[in-house]
Amino acid sequence: MSGMDINALLLTVKLAALTSIILIGISVPLAWWLAHWRSPAKSIVLAILALPLVLPPTVLGFYLLISFAPDTWLGQSWLALSGRQLAFSFEGILLGSVIYSLPFAVQPLHNAFEQLNPRFVEVAKTLGLNRTQQFMQVILPITRGSFFTAAGLSFAHTLGEFGVVLMIGGNIPGETQVVSIALFDHVEAMAYEQAHALALVMLLFSLCLLTVLYRFNSSRISLWK
Amino acid sequence: MKTALLWLACLVTPYVSCAGEMLRVAVASNFYPTLQSLSNTFSQKTGIGVSLSSASSGTLYAQIVNGAPFDLFLSADALRPRRLQEQQLILAGSRKTYALGKLVLWIPGQTEPTIQRLQDVSGRIAIANPRVAPYGSAAKQVIEHADLWTQLQGKLAMGNNITQTYQFVRSGNAAAGFVALSQVVKSAEQMLIVPQAWYQPIEQQLVILKRTKQQQLAQQLSDYLLSEPVQRTLATLGYWQAGSVIP
Repeated sequence: MSGMDINALLLTVKLAALTSIILIGISVPLAWWLAHWRSPAKSIVLAILALPLVLPPTVLGFYLLISFAPDTWLGQSWLALSGRQLAFSFEGILLGSVIYSLPFAVQPLHNAFEQLNPRFVEVAKTLGLNRTQQFMQVILPITRGSFFTAAGLSFAHTLGEFGVVLMIGGNIPGETQVVSIALFDHVEAMAYEQAHALALVMLLFSLCLLTVLYRFNSSRISLWK
Repeated sequence: MKTALLWLACLVTPYVSCAGEMLRVAVASNFYPTLQSLSNTFSQKTGIGVSLSSASSGTLYAQIVNGAPFDLFLSADALRPRRLQEQQLILAGSRKTYALGKLVLWIPGQTEPTIQRLQDVSGRIAIANPRVAPYGSAAKQVIEHADLWTQLQGKLAMGNNITQTYQFVRSGNAAAGFVALSQVVKSAEQMLIVPQAWYQPIEQQLVILKRTKQQQLAQQLSDYLLSEPVQRTLATLGYWQAGSVIP
């Protein structure tokens, strides 16, 4: 495998890891709120959150590309904040990945929080635990499995991301050239041997990851609900 | 059950009835819009239906090698048709140049774009990926010709094909880019038509695939695309005519 391919692999792992960390940060409060929110508008919010599951990634990528342009509020404020452009940058594909994998993080947590017996929290309250203590000592231990599922699925899903990065990445080595893009590049350039090598590494890696994930969760929470 | 069968029959019939009169054409994305209008005229004249599948030449090539059921393949380059010929996947003598692509430098907002001015551009310069796209390899040759490759390499953003490269510039995300003249032929903006001497001609070739069961119809479409009137139209759409002597 060439240096370019190894760089692409490292970049992909970095992207997937950061995406799942950020997603856990966003999804835990979001899923908690959703699990306790009762309103007729809830179904539309759930639908919006599930959109990345259904939309073709190229559609998502196209919208992102348009909104990243330096003359939009998003592109402009990012440029003012960081001095860099969102399109063709690592931050840009990171933002894309977070949106793209959001449902994979929110849904397992949402399920777990909905199934959590409210009496546990009530008992914790009567015992005088504050909110942080309630979360750390009661909620987290009970729903731990769903945290692994959420993080693992976001990680795995980001590994397989292609369309979004293709649209907003610009195929820049070390910055936006992730494995799926490098692989596509090899196929397009008729370099099938390099493509095979990279594809095999990805296949084995993803298989190991998913096996670990299922193993963790087999007795607790199923992946698909 | 009966209704279901009836529905199924309705769904299937149109395809069955015109199966003998439908050509399946794989076309490189840069030529897709052009071929859409050309093939409409062709269908009206001859009654032969044409269904188009567009992707990058590389993707289409891989699909064809792996058995995709196309009758005709219009590539953006000469390399892939030649490869198909070497693998004996095409009808003998069917490989023809149907158009020559023209490269354009577009620096939005700049009324007199030149290659040298790329040095002053702040932001990314979009080119098609030289490894897979003929317009990208032409753009690379032009930058190298101006001796700016090492200097500009870090500023490049690469589209997988020329359509995507156009999107990068058009959306405002790239500050400049090399695109195909055919994409911007109707644009009012000032652009530089890159002198042909600075890059190898972008020879776009077509082939009729050996597995076609409609050899005659495919030949008819090929002849039509190479005919004098169509070739003259191509010249107005941003291509050199296939047989033209390039200045």
